[in-house]
Amino acid sequence: MFNHLLSLLIWLPIVGAVPVLLAGSARPMLARWLALLITIATFVISLWLLRYDPEGSVMQLQETHVWIATWGVHFTLAVDGISVALILMTTFVGILVIAGAWKVIQNRPHQYMACMLLLEGLLIGVFCATDALVFYAFFEAVLIPMYILIGMWGGPRRVYATLKLFIYTFTGSVFMLIALLYLYQKAHTFDLATLAALPLTMKEQAWLFFGFLIAFAIKVPMVPVHTWLPDAHVEAPTGGSVWLAAVMLKIGTYGMVRFMLPITPDAGAHFAWIVIVLSLVAIVYIGYVALVQEDMKKLVAYSSVAHMGFVTLGIFMAFMLVRESGNTEMASLGMQGAMVQMISHGFVSGAMFTCIGVMYDRTHTRQIRDYGGVINMMPWFGLFYVLFAMANCGLPGTSGFVGEFMVILASFSASPWIALFAAFTLIIGAGYTLWLVKRVLWGPVTTEHVRHMTPMTARETWVLIGFAVAVLVIGVWPQPLIHLMDSSVAHLVQQLAVHKI
Amino acid sequence: MISLAHYIVLGAVLFCIAVAGLFINRKNVIVLLMSIELMLLAVNMNFVAFSRFLGDVSGQVFVFFILTVAAAEAAVGLAILVLLFRTRSTINIADIDSMKG
Amino acid sequence: MGLSTSVLLTIALAPLLGSLVAGFVSPFLGRAGRAVAHTVTIACMIVSVALSFQVLYQLTLGGADNYNQNLYTWFQIGQVNASVGFMVDRLTAMMLVVVGFVSLVVHLYTIGYMRDDPGYTRFFSYISLFTFSMFMLVMSNNFMQLFFGWEAVGLVSYLLIGFWYKRPTAIFANLKAFLVNRVGDFGFLLGIAAVLTFLHTLDYAGAFSAAPALAGQTLQITANTQWDAATVICILLFVGAMGKSAQVPLHVWLPDSMEGPTPISALIHAATMVTAGIFMVARMSPLFEMSSTALSFVLVIGATTALFTGLIGIVQNDIKRVVAYSTLSQLGYMTVALGVSMYSGAVFHLMTHAFFKALLFLGAGSVIIAMHHEQDMRYMGGLRKYMPITWITMWIGSLALVAVPFTSGFYSKDAIIEAVGLSHRWGANYAYFCVMAGALVTGLYTFRQMYLTFHGKERFTVAASHGHGHDDHDHHEPGVLAHAPKESPWVVTVPLVLLAIPSLLIGYVTVAPMLFGNWFGSAIHVDEANNVLAELGQEFHGAAAMALHGFTQLPFLLVVVAFVICTYIYVFNPALAGRIKQALKPLWTVLDRKYWADEVEYALFASGGQKIGRLFWKFSDAGMIDGVAVNGSVRLVHRGAALMRRLQTGYLYHYAFAMIIGVIVLFGGYRLFGN
Repeated sequence: MFNHLLSLLIWLPIVGAVPVLLAGSARPMLARWLALLITIATFVISLWLLRYDPEGSVMQLQETHVWIATWGVHFTLAVDGISVALILMTTFVGILVIAGAWKVIQNRPHQYMACMLLLEGLLIGVFCATDALVFYAFFEAVLIPMYILIGMWGGPRRVYATLKLFIYTFTGSVFMLIALLYLYQKAHTFDLATLAALPLTMKEQAWLFFGFLIAFAIKVPMVPVHTWLPDAHVEAPTGGSVWLAAVMLKIGTYGMVRFMLPITPDAGAHFAWIVIVLSLVAIVYIGYVALVQEDMKKLVAYSSVAHMGFVTLGIFMAFMLVRESGNTEMASLGMQGAMVQMISHGFVSGAMFTCIGVMYDRTHTRQIRDYGGVINMMPWFGLFYVLFAMANCGLPGTSGFVGEFMVILASFSASPWIALFAAFTLIIGAGYTLWLVKRVLWGPVTTEHVRHMTPMTARETWVLIGFAVAVLVIGVWPQPLIHLMDSSVAHLVQQLAVHKI
Repeated sequence: MISLAHYIVLGAVLFCIAVAGLFINRKNVIVLLMSIELMLLAVNMNFVAFSRFLGDVSGQVFVFFILTVAAAEAAVGLAILVLLFRTRSTINIADIDSMKG
Repeated sequence: MGLSTSVLLTIALAPLLGSLVAGFVSPFLGRAGRAVAHTVTIACMIVSVALSFQVLYQLTLGGADNYNQNLYTWFQIGQVNASVGFMVDRLTAMMLVVVGFVSLVVHLYTIGYMRDDPGYTRFFSYISLFTFSMFMLVMSNNFMQLFFGWEAVGLVSYLLIGFWYKRPTAIFANLKAFLVNRVGDFGFLLGIAAVLTFLHTLDYAGAFSAAPALAGQTLQITANTQWDAATVICILLFVGAMGKSAQVPLHVWLPDSMEGPTPISALIHAATMVTAGIFMVARMSPLFEMSSTALSFVLVIGATTALFTGLIGIVQNDIKRVVAYSTLSQLGYMTVALGVSMYSGAVFHLMTHAFFKALLFLGAGSVIIAMHHEQDMRYMGGLRKYMPITWITMWIGSLALVAVPFTSGFYSKDAIIEAVGLSHRWGANYAYFCVMAGALVTGLYTFRQMYLTFHGKERFTVAASHGHGHDDHDHHEPGVLAHAPKESPWVVTVPLVLLAIPSLLIGYVTVAPMLFGNWFGSAIHVDEANNVLAELGQEFHGAAAMALHGFTQLPFLLVVVAFVICTYIYVFNPALAGRIKQALKPLWTVLDRKYWADEVEYALFASGGQKIGRLFWKFSDAGMIDGVAVNGSVRLVHRGAALMRRLQTGYLYHYAFAMIIGVIVLFGGYRLFGN
C-alpha cells in the first residue's frame, strides 16, 4: 500500500465517484453516505503521509509509471513537505465539504457528490505530480468538475460565471503549455527535477517566466487578472466556493513554487519586483474594493485575493532577500510564511464561505443589507462567525495570523516599504471583515429574512467545529506544520539562489 | 496512346461539370450532393492518374479513403435528406436554413 | 530559589479555564448556569490572584530570581525563533497583582451590576478571557507573544464594548475601537519587524542585550534618506502604544468605548488594558533609551493628551464619559513620564491609577444602578444622602485623582510633574506646562462631577406610580425615576471599599521603593544621563515629608483653585455655570465637539476609505479590468465573429464561387509574379 500511497489517494476519490454516480437520484442518501465514507477513507489514508520525514530527502514516496512511452512521459508522483500539508488540508476540507452539502443540495445530489469526489482526487493529483505534463493534465482537469459544479448548481448568472472562469483560466494555461513544450524540446523530458537542473539563458528564462506567471497568476488570482473569482464565487454553490477558495487557488501558488522558482530562478530574481508590486496592490487595492462590497460572498472572495497576495509576496520576496542581501534566513521565513498562509487561508476562507452558506440556506440572500442582528437568532453561529472573521483579519491565536506575521517580519528586511504596505492589511482587513460582521451579525433584528432564521443544526455545527479546530490549532501551535515544511522550504530557497545562466 | 494529360483533362472536365451543377442548380439538395460527389471523383481521377504516372501506389490507396468517406458522406447526407423531406416536405435549400447563425 | 513554571502557568490558565466553563458549560445548565459561571470564574480568579501575590512576595522578599523560560516553540526557522514563554520579574509581578486584583474586584462587582442581564454568563466568560489575555501580555518574554496578548485584549475589548449588541451605538463603538487599535497595531507590528531586522531576535532578553548595537545603525528609506534605526523602532512600537493607550490622535475610541457595561469600563478601559501601552514602553526601556528623538515624540504626544483630553472632560455631562476623559488625561501623564525616561514613575502611576480609576468607574456604575441606568449628570444631584458608601468612596477616588497629598495619586502624579520640570529633553518645557495646567483641569472636571452627582439639589423626580418593573429602564423619561435611588447591594459596595483602601494608601506605602529604591531592578533600564528620577530622589526624605512638601507646591495650589471655583459655581451659585457656558460659547463648542477629531477622522478614514473603495471597485475593477479588458475582448471577438458569420451564407454555390475566385487569383498571381 505504501508503495502506491499517492496513486491510491488520487484514484480512490476519482474511482469512488463512479458508485456514487451509480447510486442515482433515486437513492440520494446512499450517494451521500458513500461520498462521505470515501472522503473519510481518503483522509484516513492521507494521514499516512505524516510518515513523511522532514529530515530525509526532499521528495519522498516516489512512484513512477510509464504513461506515454514514445514521448518519454512518466506518470511520476512524489511529495515534499509542502505537498503533504496541502494534501492533508485537501482531504480534511473534503470531508467538511461533503458534510456541509448534505441536505443543502436536493437537486441531483449523487452527481454533486460525484463531482466533489472527482475534484478532490484531481486536486490531490496536482499536489503530487512531479512530471510537468501530469501536473498540467491535473491542473486543467480540475476545471471540469468546477465548471460542472457552478454550471449545474450555481446561481442565476452561472453561465456568465462559468464561461468567465473557464476562459480566463484556460487562456492562462495556454501560455503554460507553450512554456512546457519549449522546455520539452530542450530537455526531451517533462520530469520536473530534470527541468530544474536545465541551464537556460536569461532570454529563455524571461519568456518561460512570463508564460508560467500568466498561467499561475490567473489561478491565484493576482491583480489585475482576479475578476473571474468574485463572479465564480457568487454563483457557485457553497461547496463549490469552499473548494474554490480553500484549495483551488492554492494550485496557482503551488505551481509557482514548483515551476517558477526552480526552472527560472534568474528571471525570477530579475522580475520579482513585478510580482511583489502586484501582491502589494492586491493587499491594499483589493482591501479597499472588498470594503464596499454589497454581497457577502463577493466580499470574502475579494478578501481571498488580498490574502493570496501574501502568499505571492512571501514567495517572491525570497528572491529579493536571497539575491540582493544573501539573507537566506529571512527568505526562508517569508517563504515559510507564504506556505503557512496557503494552508491557513484554506481553512479560514473555507470556513467563511461555509458560514455564508449556513446563512444563505436560511434566507436565500447574500446581500449584506438583508441581514442584521443574526446573532439574536443564531447565538452559537455568532461565535463561529466572529472566530472566523477574526481569523480572516489575522488575529493572533488563529491560523490567519501566522502566515501574515511571518511574511511581514521577513518583508521588513527586504524593504520597509514592502512591510508598510503589507502591514496595511491589519487595518483594511479588519475594516472590511469587521464591518461585515457588524452589519450582518450585530444589531437588532431588522429584516424579515433574519427573523425567520433558525439555530444551527448539529451537522452544521460539526462542520464549523472542524474548521475551528484547524484554525485554532495552527494558530496556537504552528511549529509542527512549519517543521513539516521546513526542509522543503529550505530546499526551495537553495534552488532560487542557483544561477542557471 | 492515352497520356497523362487526357486523364487530367477528364478530371478537370468532371470538376467543371460539378461546379456548373452547383451554380445552375441552387435549390435541389440531391443535385448538390451529386455535384459534390462528382467533385470528389474528379479529384480521385487526378490521384489515380498521377499515381500511375509517378509509380507511387499511395495515391491509389488515398483514393480508397476518399471513396469510403464519400460513400459515408452520401449515406449520411441522403439520410438527413430523407428526414428533412419527411418533416418539411421540401428539399429546397433556401427553405431549410433555420439553423443559420 | 526560582519561580515555579507550574505556578505561573496556573496564574495564566486559571482565568482561561474559568472563561471556558462560563462560556461553554454554563449555557447548557439552564438557571444554575449563572451561579456556576460566577462561582467558577471567581474561584479561578482567586487562585490566580493568590498565586500572583505569592509571586510578588517571592520576588520582593523571598529572594527569588527573575524567571525567563520558554514553554514551547511557536515557530523555528533557522535561527529565527518565536516561542511562548514567560518572563517574570518585579515589573511583571506588579502588573499581575494589579491586573488580577482589579479583575477579581470587577468579577465580584459584576454579580451585582449585571444581575438582570440576559448575557450574564457570557459576560463572565469575557472578563475571564480578558484577564487571561492580559496575563499573557504582561508575562510574555518575547515580541510574538506580546503581540498575541496585545491583540487578544483588543478582541475581548471589542466583544465587551459591543456586549449589548442590539444597541447601534455599541456596535459602532466596538468597530471603531478595534479599527483605531488596529492602526496602532499596524505600527506596532512594523516595530516588531524592525526589531527582528536589526536585532535578529524576537526574544526580550536577546533584544535588550543587543540594544546598544543599534547605535549608529540606519534604515534606508529612500536612496538619499537614512533614518536612525533605534528611532524608527521606538516610534513604531510607540504607535502601538498610542493605539492601545489611547494617545492623541488615536484616542477617539476610548470615550466611545463607554458603550460597554460599566465593570468593563473600569477593568479594561481604565485600569488594565489601556495601560498595556505604558507597560510595553516601560518593558522596552532598553530600546527607548537608545533614541532621545523617539522619547521626545513620546513626551509631546503624552503632554498633548494629558492637557487637551482633560479639557474635554470639563464639558461632558455623561458621568462615565467624564471619567473616560479623565482616564485619557491620566494616560497622558503616564506617557509624559515615559517621555522623560521616568519609566518606573509611569508604571507607578499606572498602578495607583488602576486602583483609583477603577474605583471611580465602579462608583459611577453604582450611581448608574441607583439612577436606573441614567448616566446624564444633569438629572442627578444630591445623591449623597441616598448612597453614602458610594459617595464616600468616590470622594476618596476623586481626591486621589486630583492628587491631594497623602493619597496614592499624589505620589505618582506629583513625582511625574516634578520630574518633567527637571528634564532637559526636547519638548520638556511644553510638557511641563501641559502637566501643570492639567492639574488644574483635573481638579475642575473632578469636582464638577462630584458636585453635580452627589451634591446640590436633586434634579430628578420619582414617578408616583410604581407599576413599571425594572425591565423598561431603557425607555424612561430623562430625569424621572420609577423608584427613589438607593444604595447598591453589598456585591457592589464591597468592591468599592476594597478599591478605596489602596487608592488612599498604596502610594504612601510603595513610593519609596518603587520610585526611588530601584525596586524594579533590571526590569527597567535608564541611561545615567537621562535619569531625572535619581535627581529627584536626592530630595526625597520619606513619603510623609514628600506629602507635606506637596501642600506648598503649585500643583496642589491649582487643585485648591479648582476646588474653590467648582464649589462656588456648583454649590453656591448654580446659575453661573450656564452663564459661563454662554460667555465662552466658542471655546465650549470646541470642547463639546472634542476638537472635531471624530468627525475629521471619520471623514478621512471611514467614509474616505469607502469612497476610495467604491472608486476602485466601480471604476478600475468593474470598469477597467472587467469592462474594458475582459468583457471588452469578449465584445471584440463577438463583433469579429458577427462579421465573419456574414461570409458563411451556407449556400454551396457561394463557396464554389469563392473557390473559383481563389483558383483564379492563385493562378493569376502565379502568372504575374511567379517566374
